[in-house]
This record gives sequence, C-alpha cells and structure tokens, in this order.
Amino acid sequence: MSTTTQERYSKSDELERSRSRPRTIIGTLLTILAFILLGIALLPLFLVIIYVIIRGASRFDLNLFTEIPPAALQEGGGIASAIVGTIILVAIASVISIPIGVLAAVYLSEFSSGRIARWIRFATNVLSGVPSIIIGIFAYGVVVLSTGTFSAVAGGFALAILMLPVVVRTTDESLQIVPQEVRWASVGVGASDFHTVLLIVLPAALPAILTGTTLAVARAAGETAPLIFTALFTRYWPSGLFQPIPSLSVLVYNYAAVPYENQQELAWAASLILVLLILLTSIISRWATGKSTY
Amino acid sequence: MSALERNQEDRSDRQQQNTEQNSEAVLQTEDLTVYYGKFAALRGVFMKIFKNKITAFVGPSGCGKSTLLRCFNRLNDLIDGCRVEGKVIYRNKNLYSKKIDPVEVRRRIGMVFQKPNPFPKSIYENIAYGARINGYKGDLDELVERSLQQAALWDEVKDKLKDNGLSLSGGQQQRLCIARAVALKPDVVLMDEPCSSLDPVSTGKIEDLIHQLKQNYTIIIVTHNMQQAVRVSDLTAFFNAEEGEKGNRFGYLVEYDKTEKIFENPQEEATREYVGGRFG
Ligand SMILES: Nc1ncnc2c1ncn2[C@@H]1O[C@H](COP(=O)(O)OP(=O)(O)OP(=O)(O)O)[C@@H](O)[C@H]1O
Ligand SMILES: [Mg+2]
Repeated sequence: MSTTTQERYSKSDELERSRSRPRTIIGTLLTILAFILLGIALLPLFLVIIYVIIRGASRFDLNLFTEIPPAALQEGGGIASAIVGTIILVAIASVISIPIGVLAAVYLSEFSSGRIARWIRFATNVLSGVPSIIIGIFAYGVVVLSTGTFSAVAGGFALAILMLPVVVRTTDESLQIVPQEVRWASVGVGASDFHTVLLIVLPAALPAILTGTTLAVARAAGETAPLIFTALFTRYWPSGLFQPIPSLSVLVYNYAAVPYENQQELAWAASLILVLLILLTSIISRWATGKSTY
Repeated sequence: MSALERNQEDRSDRQQQNTEQNSEAVLQTEDLTVYYGKFAALRGVFMKIFKNKITAFVGPSGCGKSTLLRCFNRLNDLIDGCRVEGKVIYRNKNLYSKKIDPVEVRRRIGMVFQKPNPFPKSIYENIAYGARINGYKGDLDELVERSLQQAALWDEVKDKLKDNGLSLSGGQQQRLCIARAVALKPDVVLMDEPCSSLDPVSTGKIEDLIHQLKQNYTIIIVTHNMQQAVRVSDLTAFFNAEEGEKGNRFGYLVEYDKTEKIFENPQEEATREYVGGRFG
C-alpha cells in the first residue's frame, strides 16, 4: 500500500503549474469576471465623489467657512452657519444617544437574560429600519408641537433617535466580541460585575465602540428628512437651542433645486463638505478598528 | 435505588475511608450534580479536598472535570443554563447557600483556566488588576515581580512589563495567568490543565511552583498527563463518563484515593484501564 502511494507521488513534475489544465483556466476566468464586477460596483462610488468634488471645488474657499448663505439674487456668501448648525445638531444627538445607547448595549450584552435580550435586539433592528422621515414626524409631534417651535433641540432629538439603534447595535456587537473567558478571568480574581464591565470589558471593546459611534455620527450628519420639519432652516447663525437652526443637509435640499446659480454652487460646496466628513469619519473609524483588541 | 446509585454510594463510602487524612478538609462536596440545561453533565459527586494537599483530577475529555472545578469558585454562575444541585462546603459554609457572596468566594478560591485568558491590558496590569480591586495595600511593583518570578516568567518579560499581555506566546500567557492567580494569595488554587500549552521546561517550572505553593495553599489540578499527576499530586480523583438513559453522556467520580494507590493498585476496573493504558 505504502509503495503505491510512494509511486503515485513520485512523479513530481505534476506539481508544476500547467496553463492548460481545466482547473487553471476556470480559475483564471472567474478571477477576471470577479475583477470586472468589482469595477462595476465601485464605479458609482467614484463617479459620485468625483462629480461632487468637481462641482463643489469652485466655491471651496475661505468665505465658504466664514460667511452665512446669501439671500436670493445676492452674490458671494458661504455656508458657515450651516456648518456650525450641523455640528450643534450632531452634538445634541450624540449627547442624548451615545450614553443611552452604550448603557443599553452594556445591559443587553452583560446583564440581560436570553429572552429579554432577544426582544430588545429585535426592537433595535426594527427601529434602525424605520424610514428617517417617520422619525422626523415623530420628533415633530413630540418636541415641535409640545414646545411650539421648530428648534435645534427637536432636530437633535430626531437625529438621536436615528443614531440610537446604530449605537446600541455596534456597541452590543463589540461587547460580544470580547471573549467570555476574559470575563471569567476577571470574575475569577474576585472582581464584581461592575468592575469587570467597567475595567475589563468596556476598555477592550472601546475601539470597536468608537468605530460604530463615529459611523453613526457621520450618518446622522448627512440626514435631511428628519430635520426638515424639526430643525427647519434659516440663513442666519444659530441663535439658541430653541430656535430653528441651519444644517448642511437641509441647505443642500433647499438650494440645489432653486433657479439661482449662486445658491446652487453653495449646495454643491455643502455636498462636498458632507462627503469629506464621511470620508474623514471612515478613516478615523478604520484607524480605531486597527487598534482593536480582538 | 438503581444499581448505579447503589454502586456510587458504596464508592463514596470507600473513598471517604480511603482518603481519611490527618489534614482537615477545606472543600467538600455532597451529592453534587451539575446540569447544563436539562442534562446532567456531572452526577452525584461526594469528595473532600484536603488542606495543603495537591489533588489531581484525571479522566477522559468531557467527563466534567472543568465543570466540577468551576463549582468550587462558583464560576458556573456565569454560564447560562447551568444549575448546581447538592452542596459544596468550604470551611463549614455551603457555597451554594443564598447567603454566600460569590465575589468573596472567588477572592479566596483562585483559578487558572484551561485556555490562557490574559486581560487585554499590559503584563503589569494583568497582575495588578486583581490586587487593586481587592484593595491590596502593599507595594504593587514588588507584588508583580514576585508573582512573575513564582510563575517562572519574570526573566522573559521584565523588560516589557508595559506590553500587552495578549502579545505573549500561548505558554507565556498561561504563566501570566498563573502569576495572576497566585498574586492574590488565595486559600485554594484551582488549575485547569495549566500546562497543556507549555513546553517541558516551563512545565517543570510550573510543577516546581505547585510544589512550593503547597506549603501555604490547597491546590486542585486537572491534567491529562498521568506522569504529571504522579509527579505533583498527593491525591488523585478519576472521573469517567457514561451514557445515560436518554443517550446523554454524564460524568461521575469513579475513584478517589492517594495517588500511589490510584496508579499502583486501583480498586475499579475502569481506573485500572484508564491509568494503566496511559501509564506504566
Ligand atoms: N458552557 C457549557 N454549556 C453546555 N454544556 C457544557 C458547557 N461546558 C461543558 N459542558 C458539557 O459538560 C460536559 C463536561 O464538560 P467539561 O468541560 O467539564 O469536561 P472536561 O472533563 O473538563 O473535559 P476536557 O478534559 O476536555 O477539558 C461536556 O459534555 C460538555 O459538553
Ligand atoms: Mg476541561
């Protein structure tokens, strides 16, 4: 038996690659096909980025970042108030959704029992699938109608609801990745659950949590629908948390289709800034992922 | 009473006599049965663990050695669906009574796990963490150095105490985990195959450590290596697994005695086959 095996493998020239073997040909064809499909899939991405850069670059100067949008038919101006507005809105949303989301995920992953956790996870998935315009209507009903005014708070609230399921899910997933054995090790040296979560599990999951929340923030910054009837829009600098507030996405929505060229250019510049923001956050999150522990 | 139960009762009587030592029992189980979900993984264990002795647990894979070990420091509490019946008595207290605080139990009964599981922190922090949360008042630097020396790891890591514990090799990680456990000066140390990922030299060092620890600690060590059981332990417990009525396998204690007795003159046929097949 062993001699036949020996004989079978003794012809070592079969080890060499042969281009004519059917296996090699099919392999090569499939690789080429996959490569072409990849190109087709990436094409829209490149086209969008290039188009936005080309259209947006013409107004990409200092004024863009220092001046407020001009009135109709006026020349010049920038989108500074909208940039500040977006930052404020996202900050409000983050302050609400990140602590709640992270704590909810800690509860889900570390303290809840199987059945409750399954239902909460299901509910978060449903919430993340709710169209953003519906979340806008909800925020309109809850905050705008009860405070009697469109406001930064209402917009931030809507964005917070939008971010919440993303924060919960990514944090939950990052906590689940931390191996069970590490929790055991901590509990095994006499740590309480509180110590284990706070000093071992959360730090280990932190890079992954950062990645998730950064992406949630980026997504919120680009949302338009929930802001249209909560934060509304103004040309002017934000004047208070309970006043309407401008934002980049609503600026794009309002200005892109008006018949004034100046406004259209500003809309493109704002789009460019949003795209850059997303690129930047993606890079940050990649960097954070690179630091991840597990 | 089924034949199996009667058989086990006889055995537990005999074990009680045979292992009657001059030293006091630190841990004692009474009719301990552990379920994962509906099925018992370990049934009807009666045994005593004696003070300042090294007790080895041997037996085929899946017979419940790790499961039993986890009962001694209530780590099974963390496993969903795990349920413990019967008693585990530690210094006159039933560990599974409602009044017991499992966190306190684990401070006294330390554990080294089957798979190395360092914290994703620096080597230094891996050892300091346990001391800190237990309110250690002494010199942390000194504690870290002493523990690492005891675990035969100091020379390899003394220049990189700030490096992440996960950057060490598997064997080094395991020694780090041993250092972490002994740093707390527990009363009992549970070791689940502490040498399974170590080379012979480090294994030798760990065995020396175990012998040295015996002065002050009570040690239980799970091992698949019969020679190791002979080398380090005073007492050996042999566990086996059997097919239950519904086709599920469960483990039970077959024989528990002085190590020489188990290896030279076991009372049970199953023990003879197991230790004989692998040793001598
Ligand atoms: N977390 C768990 N959930 C469900 N079943 C488990 C769990 N841990 C162990 N078991 C079951 O309990 C039985 C005993 O497992 P245990 O890990 O105690 O065996 P062991 O003797 O330590 O084996 P090994 O020598 O391979 O480490 C096995 O049948 C296993 O499938
Ligand atoms: Mg085991």
